[in-house]
Amino acid sequence: MIEILLEDQCVECNLCVKVCPTNVFERRDGKAPKIARQDDCQTCYMCELYCPVKALYVAPNADEVMGITEQDLNETDLIGSYRSSIGWEKGQKSTAKQDLAYKFYLK
Amino acid sequence: MAIELTQSYKLATQLYDVSLKADVLVIGGGPAGAWTAITATQNGASVILVDKGYCGTSGATAPSGTGVWYIQPDKEKREEAMKSREALGGYLSERKWMKRVLDRTYANMNQLENWGYPFPIDEKGVAHKRSLQGPEYMRLMRRKLNKAKITILDHSPALELLYDSHGVAGAAGINEQTNQTWSVQASSIVIASGGCAFLSKALGCNVLTGDGYLLAAEAGADFSGMEFSNAYAITPKFSSITKTAFYNWASFTYEDGSIIEGAGSQRGRSVIAKKLQEGQKVFAQLVKAKDDLDLQKWMRIAQPNFFVQFDRMGINPFEDRFEVTLRLEGTVRGTGGIRIVDETCATSVPGLFAAGDAATRELICGGFTGGGSYNAAWAISSGYWSGEAAAKYASSFNRDKRDRALTRKQVIGINEHSSGKDFLDATEVTKRVQAEVTPFDKNLFRTEEILTPALLRLNTLWNETKTSLQENQGNLLRVRESAAMLATSRWMYTTALERKETRGMHKRLDYPVLDENQHYRLITSGLDEIKVKPTTILQNT
Ligand SMILES: Cc1cc2nc3c(=O)[nH]c(=O)nc-3n(C[C@H](O)[C@H](O)[C@H](O)COP(=O)(O)OP(=O)(O)OC[C@H]3O[C@@H](n4cnc5c(N)ncnc54)[C@H](O)[C@@H]3O)c2cc1C
Ligand code: SF4
Ligand code: SF4
Repeated sequence: MIEILLEDQCVECNLCVKVCPTNVFERRDGKAPKIARQDDCQTCYMCELYCPVKALYVAPNADEVMGITEQDLNETDLIGSYRSSIGWEKGQKSTAKQDLAYKFYLK
Repeated sequence: MAIELTQSYKLATQLYDVSLKADVLVIGGGPAGAWTAITATQNGASVILVDKGYCGTSGATAPSGTGVWYIQPDKEKREEAMKSREALGGYLSERKWMKRVLDRTYANMNQLENWGYPFPIDEKGVAHKRSLQGPEYMRLMRRKLNKAKITILDHSPALELLYDSHGVAGAAGINEQTNQTWSVQASSIVIASGGCAFLSKALGCNVLTGDGYLLAAEAGADFSGMEFSNAYAITPKFSSITKTAFYNWASFTYEDGSIIEGAGSQRGRSVIAKKLQEGQKVFAQLVKAKDDLDLQKWMRIAQPNFFVQFDRMGINPFEDRFEVTLRLEGTVRGTGGIRIVDETCATSVPGLFAAGDAATRELICGGFTGGGSYNAAWAISSGYWSGEAAAKYASSFNRDKRDRALTRKQVIGINEHSSGKDFLDATEVTKRVQAEVTPFDKNLFRTEEILTPALLRLNTLWNETKTSLQENQGNLLRVRESAAMLATSRWMYTTALERKETRGMHKRLDYPVLDENQHYRLITSGLDEIKVKPTTILQNT
């Protein structure tokens, strides 16, 4: 489930509010949006993918809140990492182009 | 102090904050809805697309990606492709439809390349188009919709259809973010709201609660193949990532590390279900790819989110064993849905069309899962056909008639007045439905002995909801979703009881073999009183 929204990092673009299919976030005036309905999160990672500044982290547990904090992930580069693994960061190319699925299992 | 009107009251009394008009209304913005909208526009229609979530990220494809039934127009290859699932599907598919879908999918996938989808290109310069990355695909489709100036209402679930003397004439719903009510008047309507996975948290599926089925049934449409509605997908126990392709490299083990004989991703899923049902823990490890580092690298690029789940848990799926479970995907990777009556993807209700997972996919894959490439091809093709036909249907309407008085039908859960204190809450209804459809011993391994009382409980619940299901603190969407899931579960089990044999994904423990005499499709109709009748299948040539 969505567990981290780094308010300091957030540029208040509200893209996460817009793209979350299950309407988990809530827009706030002059502030970062808030995770308002965590229970409704379906762990689809789409908000993290669209966030332009690595301010979001979706924890992999779909059923329970894991209680992960920014400190827990200090030593890692996991926050917002889904975006670069798909090649959506600035200066990157979509990884779809390198998908060799046709070679190794979609023969 | 101003009195806050409930959403239910506003819809029941037709107080709409926003009222719009278009030739064609598309309900749902996954691949099926997106192809519908684009094609309807290309055929001269004005189009409004409404999505419960966000068109571009919502639905089963956007976060997942799909293999696509894209086969070169080569006689042998096509023949092989058509043959491959015929037997598995219990011979309920039709060659005529398969051919059409293969042709249409081929053309539209090539169109996607022209639109700039970054297909991988091999050493010989050939583009490979048998799979689509979900986020990339759906972001591109959204751009195309924007370019075509199609009006998109995000976070705007359709909650009921509207009618006039000509029949269906639009829909109404709410906006989850503004709490406003909306109505759209349209000459034709395409239901592309996906399947029903009963809020199981399978990847991208929690927006898929069978809403479109309920809307269609309330308008008088019927269903086909609702017994093929029990897809379950492998996932690490903690996770939502129901992506199953890479379990072909897995070995499945008991807690003590010994191999579970016969367990597998494709054929051996029932074995896994049996063990889970017995209360055993089941573990997986992608051991067959353990020593192939190139393969591991390719896998990472092919399905990044499959690895995100493990990286974040500190699991190396090639080296470590991890506990797995099966999540219900219901009709999403099943094949049942709204019945299609002709090649335009029309339903039995004039002006109402169905596309994608919302419609039956038996026409191309019979009774065996449409996942793995068929559903994606069907979403593209049925979207294209229904978009074309909906535009034509709309243009046959005289424009003067377009200011139409929209009326509504009384539907479950949308009431002008509250029924008082003893109401049924949507969460409660949902829980009771899940308790009947999630367990393997009810839905996967079916018997009359267990299905009959389950269905009785669901039917009783339906009668209760008719008088007492109501909105509670602005949760009208949840109310209608729970009603839709309840109705879906009843269509599923009523139909499953009628098919007294094992065929496709429908397994009857009390009738364990295929019965030649039941080589027909089952058509299901009705809301309060559910009827099931067989229909013969056209000769396959
Ligand atoms: C994990 C997973 C992997 C899959 N992989 C494959 C694969 O490899 N190959 C394959 O062929 N198939 C696959 N499938 C099947 C897949 O569901 C279909 O291929 C495809 O998504 C169908 O498209 P659709 O547009 O009909 O439905 P969806 O993509 O599910 O979209 C439905 C849309 O309708 C919207 N909606 C729902 N209710 C309402 C409402 N009341 N009002 C307005 N909008 C509404 C939803 O928000 C959603 O955007 C997979 C499914 C899953 C779950
Ligand atoms: S998408 Fe990221 S930057 Fe934008 S509002 Fe959300 S958290 Fe902030
Ligand atoms: S993971 Fe998906 S459902 Fe959860 S908050 Fe992010 S976008 Fe919304």
